[in-house]
Amino acid sequence: MYDLQYSKPSSVNDAVAEIKKSSDAKFLAGGMTMIPTLKARLSSADMLVDLKGSNLSYISVSSSEISIGSMTRHCDVASSSDIKGSLPALAKLAGGIGDHMVRSCGTIGGSLANNDPAACYPSAVLALGATVVTNERSLKADDFFEGMFETALNEDEVITEVKFSIPEKATYIKFPNPASRYAMVGVFMVKKSDGISVAVTGAGENGVFRCEEIENVLNLNLALDALNNIQISHDDLTSDMHASAAYRANLIREMAKQGLKDLI
Amino acid sequence: MEISVKINGKDIKADIKPNTLLSTFIREHLNLTGTHIGCDTSQCGACAIHLNGDAVKSCAILAAQADGSEITTIEGIASGDKLHPMQQAFHENHGLQCGYCTPGMVMSSIKLVENNPNISEDEIRKGLEGNICRCTGYHNIVKSIKQAASVMGG
Ligand SMILES: Cc1cc2nc3c(=O)[nH]c(=O)nc-3n(C[C@H](O)[C@H](O)[C@H](O)COP(=O)(O)OP(=O)(O)OC[C@H]3O[C@@H](n4cnc5c(N)ncnc54)[C@H](O)[C@@H]3O)c2cc1C
Ligand code: FES
Ligand code: FES
Repeated sequence: MYDLQYSKPSSVNDAVAEIKKSSDAKFLAGGMTMIPTLKARLSSADMLVDLKGSNLSYISVSSSEISIGSMTRHCDVASSSDIKGSLPALAKLAGGIGDHMVRSCGTIGGSLANNDPAACYPSAVLALGATVVTNERSLKADDFFEGMFETALNEDEVITEVKFSIPEKATYIKFPNPASRYAMVGVFMVKKSDGISVAVTGAGENGVFRCEEIENVLNLNLALDALNNIQISHDDLTSDMHASAAYRANLIREMAKQGLKDLI
Repeated sequence: MEISVKINGKDIKADIKPNTLLSTFIREHLNLTGTHIGCDTSQCGACAIHLNGDAVKSCAILAAQADGSEITTIEGIASGDKLHPMQQAFHENHGLQCGYCTPGMVMSSIKLVENNPNISEDEIRKGLEGNICRCTGYHNIVKSIKQAASVMGG
């Protein structure tokens, strides 16, 4: 790892002030992506600004909405009885990220800011139409994700909170890569009063995406066998050492077929 | 920068470079070499320790992040000559061959059991997703953890 400085400010404002002091400063959350990439010299920073001191770890749940502070760890979302009660799919998603040691450190804000094309949370945020709140503004999920590892965040901008409105039903089905535990394909499916939305992670060349092929079918016919004969186009899907685009297209359909049972 | 931590019950102050990994601090500054390094990708779990009561991978955390915290390593879980029930169970069930993954297995599985005292075999196998063993084929590790769970739980 290259040389760097470390600071742990005690508020969001101080963290932003700290980050502005240098051109190559970066925020540090759980470190589960940041530290391994720094270690491998895949990235560098002259200053790490730890958000641990900024009081961003909390979960609050009302009858219609869940607000999660950006520094809330995956294990805290997975074990929250409030989230298990109102949006169990999100608790299940968080409880399936990596392994229990990764979940003791990794945070929802870090996962969204990183926007790894195989990460789990982006699919929930996109399918649920969540709002990503920063120190500067509120971003709709549709405007937040901008392709592989790309988001609408400015360099000095901190995610402070994520807001989910509670749907009628939701589910997350993941086919994990057996080595890394990341999603080879993950499908987050939501039933709301205005219809079905489905977001897919792990498979898109441009990161997480809404799967209109599945949404259109299910909005016409929400039945257990509705997806049996559909073909998912693999034009914009990833081919890599783990799986071909055609294999991923098939996995999307199969994961969605499993998820369908939870929506009906 | 200066950090202070409580490690295996002892208060320690140290002057470190901010880019020091917690695993490097533990192994090379404190000479507690029971914590192992088995990979470069934060996937193997050989470096597992307890940080403020959670099992974590010490190779993916900076020592600076651990400032002010309480740490337990594999060296800190026995009471004198009496092994921790998890260590004793690995010993009795032949839960190791070369032993390289073992400190991480033990530290990780202590927390799996503490957080779920009636842990099932299936939950143990899932729980070990972040701990890789190249030797044993896992069966005896799982048996060890089951036995330890019955001792620790009751
Ligand atoms: C072995 C292993 C397995 C994993 N498996 C999975 C998996 O199955 N599914 C999955 O989704 N993820 C997986 N992960 C990733 C894990 O979820 C990480 O926690 C996550 O990607 C990054 O979160 P973090 O809190 O650790 O952030 P960091 O690593 O600390 O930060 C990541 C990036 O986000 C920026 N950042 C962090 N917080 C903020 C903020 N509040 N505002 C603005 N920018 C911010 C940082 O500057 C950095 O660029 C895995 C990781 C490991 C090591
Ligand atoms: S050495 Fe830490 S996970 Fe492999
Ligand atoms: S006993 Fe050799 S790696 Fe597990």
